[in-house]
Amino acid sequence: MGRIVLNRDKCKACYLCIDACPKKVLEADSAVNEMGYYPAKVNSEKECIGCAICAKVCPDIAIEKVYYEK
Amino acid sequence: MEQLVYKKPESIRDDFKITFCPGCDHGVAVRLVAEVLDELGVREKTIGIASVGCSVFSYDFFNVDIVESAHGRSLAVATGIKRSKPDKVVFTYQGDGDLASIGLAETIHAMTRGENVTAICINNTTYGMTGGQAGPTTLIGQITTTTTKGRKPELSGYPLKICEILKEVDGTAYVARVTLDSYQSILNAKKCIKKAFEAQLKGLGTGFVEILATCPTNWKMTPQESHARVRGEMSEVFKPGVYKDKVSEAV
Repeated sequence: MGRIVLNRDKCKACYLCIDACPKKVLEADSAVNEMGYYPAKVNSEKECIGCAICAKVCPDIAIEKVYYEK
Repeated sequence: MEQLVYKKPESIRDDFKITFCPGCDHGVAVRLVAEVLDELGVREKTIGIASVGCSVFSYDFFNVDIVESAHGRSLAVATGIKRSKPDKVVFTYQGDGDLASIGLAETIHAMTRGENVTAICINNTTYGMTGGQAGPTTLIGQITTTTTKGRKPELSGYPLKICEILKEVDGTAYVARVTLDSYQSILNAKKCIKKAFEAQLKGLGTGFVEILATCPTNWKMTPQESHARVRGEMSEVFKPGVYKDKVSEAV
């Protein structure tokens, strides 16, 4: 199981992470961040496999850390 | 026990602020360069040269010393720094308008001299920062603010293919063109950027990587549509691949 540390105030809502996630763990938030974007958020953390693809495709380095636990 | 599988590279400042538009590939390119600097363990002795364009804010996110150069003259500045401090790792981070139009002479002559530096070029087929004017790499038929009916070859010529030109220059050690449109291509891009830095570290000559990047704001597309354009019409004209590789030959 994986865990993502996502800085919602750095996200600019391009949603490339949502498209890239193989398990569809991410979705758009319904509340705006400090820049006025609707950032990505984790909707089902249990599904996350900790592959870090979301972090690698993020152009804003908003996903700062990814953890994995067996 | 939780194990860390990914973290922000050390070569990105802790108080970084990515100033690019939403979905712009610049951010990924910056992170890949930073990851490569981390992996090679050269962050403490690296000097970066920022150009004029969207890359001008490099000092806001790279955790290395950054020198700002005049428009197009990044590789001339890099030459001076590398020659006076040969033990440093020197790289330039430029756009296509900077490297291939205004600074084409500096680019080709620095590479002809085989300067031991690394040049990273972000090719997004437009002048992004100034509002989307036609650049040297603008595709035929592409609508920009200065080619409002699409670029016509009889009026404004053909797109300049940087890698095809620079592979013929004797001083270059590594020339590659990569894209950032998918996870796989991002992994490949990182490999190529690493090779371009290895070319410098081994003293083989100039390492050059052209990155086909998106400019969703000026293309007036979503980030997803922009990536489809990179995969489609951009990759047809600017073919991704490794054009020259003296690094692997040297091993």
